[in-house]
Amino acid sequence: MTWGRLVTAGAILIGLWAAGLAEAQPQSGIVRPTTEPPGPSVELGAQLFAGNCASCHGIAGSGIPHPRPGAGDILGSGPSLRGVGARAADFYLRTGFMPLSSIHDEPSNDRVLFSEKEIRSLVAYVASLGHGPGIPHPNPAAGSLSEGMQLFTLHCAGCHQEDAEGGFATGARVPPLQSVTATQIAEAVRVGPYIMPSFSRQQISDAELNSITRFVLSLKSHDDNRGGWRIGNIGPIPEGLVTWWIAIPLLIIACMLVGRRFRGQ
Amino acid sequence: MRIWRWLVALSTLLFGRIAKRDSSDAERIVPKGTPSRRAENAVLILLGLAVLAAAGFIVVYAAYPHAQQPNELLGLSLGLCLAFIAAALTVVAKFLVVTEEIEDEYPADHPEEQEEIAKIVHESGTRITRKKLMIGAGAAAGGALGLAALTPALSLGPLWDTSPLDATPWRRGVALVDDKGHRIMASSIEPKTFYSAFAEGADAENIGSDLIVIRLDPAKLKLPAGRRNWTPGGILAFSKICTHAGCAIGLYRTPKFPNLEPKPAMVCPCHYSTFDPYTGGTVIYGPAGRPLPQLPLMIDPAGYLRAAGNFSARIGPGWWNVREKPTFGHE
Repeated sequence: MTWGRLVTAGAILIGLWAAGLAEAQPQSGIVRPTTEPPGPSVELGAQLFAGNCASCHGIAGSGIPHPRPGAGDILGSGPSLRGVGARAADFYLRTGFMPLSSIHDEPSNDRVLFSEKEIRSLVAYVASLGHGPGIPHPNPAAGSLSEGMQLFTLHCAGCHQEDAEGGFATGARVPPLQSVTATQIAEAVRVGPYIMPSFSRQQISDAELNSITRFVLSLKSHDDNRGGWRIGNIGPIPEGLVTWWIAIPLLIIACMLVGRRFRGQ
Repeated sequence: MRIWRWLVALSTLLFGRIAKRDSSDAERIVPKGTPSRRAENAVLILLGLAVLAAAGFIVVYAAYPHAQQPNELLGLSLGLCLAFIAAALTVVAKFLVVTEEIEDEYPADHPEEQEEIAKIVHESGTRITRKKLMIGAGAAAGGALGLAALTPALSLGPLWDTSPLDATPWRRGVALVDDKGHRIMASSIEPKTFYSAFAEGADAENIGSDLIVIRLDPAKLKLPAGRRNWTPGGILAFSKICTHAGCAIGLYRTPKFPNLEPKPAMVCPCHYSTFDPYTGGTVIYGPAGRPLPQLPLMIDPAGYLRAAGNFSARIGPGWWNVREKPTFGHE
C-alpha cells in the first residue's frame, strides 16, 4: 500500500516538474512589424525595441527602476539603456542574454531570438539613445598566451574557473566560456553583465584583453583532464556529491568487508 | 549496556589475568583455534613496515625546508603507515582472533555471565603464541604514527611560538601595490569592480599580504564602530584569504541592476562563503565562521593608497583559539 502511494506521489511530482519545465520555456513571443525593411535600420530597431524591450527598459530606454505591469502580463523592470552604447546591446543580444522571460531570471546563454538584421537594427537603435562605447574589436593573435593565462587567473578564474568551465557564485550561475567569441569576451570584460565586475582600460588594457581572449579561445582546442573524470569541471558541488554518494559508500563497503566474520575457521 | 561490555573487554585486555585459572579445553566457550605462525609473521612484518613509513614521514619533514615540503611524499608516507596498520589489524581480525557470538543482549545483573564475557575475550586471544612480541610491535607502530603526526608541531619552535601564523606585512604606512608591483592611486579605484593588491616589498608567497580592494558608496557603509576612518573615499580593503579554509577570494559579486540582482558580496570559490563588504566583511552565507579581516586604509599626500594599520583580526583559515577581536593595536 505504502509503495503504491509512494509511486503515485512520485508520478505526481514528476508530472508537476515536467509541467513546470513546459511553463518555464521562454515564450518566443517576439513582436515584429508586419513589414520589415530589407536591411538593418535604426527605424526597425526602434520598432523592435518598442515591441520587445520597452516593457522593462522603458520608453526610449529610460529604464524602469521598480517593477510595474508592462505589455501583456509582463511585470517589467530594468536598467536605463541611455549611454550603454552598441557594446552592451551587441553583447546581450548575441549571447541570448536578452530578452529575459522574467525579470527575476538570471540572463543565460539561451537561444538567440532575433535575426542578424534585427540584432544590428536594435544595436544601432540602442547606440542612438546616448553617447556610449562602440563594439570592441579584440585581436587575439596580437596577444600573449602566457600573459593571458596569468591575467585570466588573476581577474577571471575566481568565478569562471581556470579552465573557463564556469561554475557557481552564491545567487548566480557563472557561464562557461567554451563557445564564446573574442568580441563577446571583450564586451563582457568591459560591460560586466549581471553580477560580474566590469574592468576598465586602466585595470585591463586593450593589449592585455587581447592576451585574455587568446587564452580563453585556446581553451577550446584541448581537453586536459588529468583526474580522469571531469564531473562537469565546475568545482566543489559535483565533487562534494561524488564524495558523499560514491566515495563514502565505497568506504562503508570496505569497512563491512574487513569486518565480516569468517565463520567456521 | 554496550558500554559495559566494552569496559569489561578492555579491562580484561589490560589486566588479562582474571581468567588465569587454567581452563581445560572442555570448559572453553570459544573453540580453540590453531595457532598460525604465518599470520603472526605477516602481522609483525606489516607493523614493521608501518613503523618504517612513519619514520619516513619524519625524515622527509626534517629533510626539506619549510616552504618546499613535498606534499606528495608526506602524504604517501603517512598514508602508507595507516594502510599498513589497517592491513595488520585486518590480518589479526581474520586469522588470529577466534570469535564467538553472544545471542542475547548483555545481562547486567548476572555477575557469572559477566565473567563469561571476560572469559570469551580472554580466550579469543589464545591463538596468539608470541603475545608480548605482538603487543610490542603494535605499540611501536602506534607510537611511530603518533610521533609522525606530532612532528609538524615542532615547526612552532621550542617555545610553541604561534606568532608566525599571525604575522602580516601590514603596518601603518605600507603602500598597496598591484600584481606588477606598482603603487595604486586611490583615484584609479573604480566602483563595480575589484582589485587584487599586495603589500609593497612583501614576499609573494605570504598570504598575509593579499588584499581585495573595492570602492563602495560611503553613504551606504554600515561598518562596525571604530572603523569610520578606515575607508577613505569609500575604498575598502579586505584580506583575500577566506576565514574558512584559506582559499583566495576571487569572486566579487557586483550587480548591474541592483534593484533585482544579488547585492554586492565577496564570495570564496571553494565553499561559497559569502561576505558582505558594507558591514565590514560579515558572513552572510556559507561555512566561514568569522568575518573577513578588514585593513584600515589611508591616502598619502601623493594620492597613493597605504595601510593605516594591521588587519581587524587574524587572517587566514580558522584554527583553535582564533578570536574575532583584533589581536593588534590600531592607531
